[in-house]
Amino acid sequence: MAARTARAAHAGVGAAGRRLRKDGTLAWQAASVLAVMLAWEIAGRIPINYAFPPFLAVLRAFVEMVLDGSLVRAFLVTLVPLVLGVLFSTVVGVGAGVLMGLRRGVEWVAAPVFIVLQAAPVAAIIPLVTFVYGIGLAAKTVAVILLALPVIALNAYKAVRNVNPSLVAMCRSFLGTRRQTVQKVILPDASPVIFAGLRLGVGAGFVGVILAELLITPTGVGDLITYHRSVANYAEMYATILTIVVVSALCLNGLQRIEARLFRPERREGT
Amino acid sequence: MIQAMEAERPAPAAEGAVPAVEVRGLSKTYNGGVLALDDVDAVFPQGALTSLLGPSGCGKTTLLKIVAGLLPASEGEVRVMGRAVDGPGPERAFVFQDFALLPWATVLRNAAFGLELRGVPEAEREAAARRCIAEVGLAGTEGRYPHELSGGMRQRVGLARALAVDADVLLMDEPFSAVDEQTRRKFQEDLLRLRGVERKTFIVVTHSIEEAVYLSDRIILLSPGPGRVARIVEPEIDRTLSPEAIRRDPHYLETVEDIWQGLRDFVE
Ligand SMILES: Nc1ncnc2c1ncn2[C@@H]1O[C@H](COP(=O)(O)OP(=O)(O)O)[C@@H](O)[C@H]1O
Ligand SMILES: [Mg+2]
Repeated sequence: MAARTARAAHAGVGAAGRRLRKDGTLAWQAASVLAVMLAWEIAGRIPINYAFPPFLAVLRAFVEMVLDGSLVRAFLVTLVPLVLGVLFSTVVGVGAGVLMGLRRGVEWVAAPVFIVLQAAPVAAIIPLVTFVYGIGLAAKTVAVILLALPVIALNAYKAVRNVNPSLVAMCRSFLGTRRQTVQKVILPDASPVIFAGLRLGVGAGFVGVILAELLITPTGVGDLITYHRSVANYAEMYATILTIVVVSALCLNGLQRIEARLFRPERREGT
Repeated sequence: MIQAMEAERPAPAAEGAVPAVEVRGLSKTYNGGVLALDDVDAVFPQGALTSLLGPSGCGKTTLLKIVAGLLPASEGEVRVMGRAVDGPGPERAFVFQDFALLPWATVLRNAAFGLELRGVPEAEREAAARRCIAEVGLAGTEGRYPHELSGGMRQRVGLARALAVDADVLLMDEPFSAVDEQTRRKFQEDLLRLRGVERKTFIVVTHSIEEAVYLSDRIILLSPGPGRVARIVEPEIDRTLSPEAIRRDPHYLETVEDIWQGLRDFVE
């Protein structure tokens, strides 16, 4: 009981410290964002280019596009293949990567495929997807997978390969089964690199889906960008681009939180 | 079989009893063709603290890992309480040179990890772990993470984890090498005290002659290239003396000097 209270007190102190630190970094982040906005506003007003609107104009365009529903509609169209592709790549990529790390046989069969895929100039391959899957949802999902899967799989593979061998020996010496070793030692120890791969994969997924929408199926966010550029609505075009950047950043941040919660509690306390 | 063992070398701490660990004709060739151990015979009596002493590279870690069941022997066998073994077992627990603590787990979970792997219920294993954490002098750190601890404290967590599974034999690979000199002395004294209360068999790898003489009931000197048993020394230090008195004791100093003279040949 006493120990529990002590632990709670410790957690309390940790939480307070965390808040403090967070306030510090938050202030810096806010300052840097503000500085960029300001620079943008000034550059837009000079103007450095007729196609470069000031920040406030972009903000206005953003609000209008949210209100008239065009932005939300475009995002819904884009996010469906993105989520599908990323989910598929996560499950298959982490699964294949971990298996490649654990078993020589799988490594020999599968690793070269992912290495070649990662080395390929995917932007050049994406138009080929059209021949196979048409121009609908399937084509976009395949584009996302093409970009996201190799990086996720290869990171998971590397992560498992580089697990601290001393921890594995420790687990074995305390009579851990193979399954326990994988669950309680290998996966948690590999999780930071696996999650780094997931973050790269999600980033690549955004690239894939937008590329697909720009190159093969004029729909969703890609289409919105193309359309506003073609009619010279530059503020709207930038608002769309900015929104996709922000959404992507938020996704990556969310992933980091999930990782800390699931596997690495010590990272939440800050090192 | 038992007769033969006794004839060879009676145990000082438990005369006539089956040795806790015994190795016979042990050889180890690594994959690369390095012969690390060559036909090693050794006996580790029950309840005694036995040191494996020798210059680095002479195969101390290799021998300890084979005894732990973490490494297969190329030839020969390991017997624990008279039974041949060829893998890790519940009667042996290892304390790692690099601590091998889970960075994402608290001190409490790390200390309880051996029991967790055995499927001991949470309440029970945490009670046992708390007891061992207190025993190694870390009470109050249960909720901390390894990166918040000093090297000496981490090594104690590793020791607590080994104590928690209540093995008869504790295998320690240079347990004091990664900590500073003050911590090291303190830790040595703690180990002696622990040895008094726990009645376990300790096998400790060290490359320090002073440390081996100070701690051990029995020292197995290994010669390098390839590792062989060069000599066995039983220091018979008077443990009723204070640590300072022991370090000034002529018998202690003599034993250290004697071992150094013997080892000198290998180092040159
Ligand atoms: N995994 C390994 N592969 C090949 N050779 C090894 C390996 N581990 C140790 N050795 C060699 O075996 C010999 C004994 O090593 P080790 O048992 O670590 O010595 P010590 O612990 O006494 O310093 C050394 O010559 C070392 O180079
Ligand atoms: Mg060694």
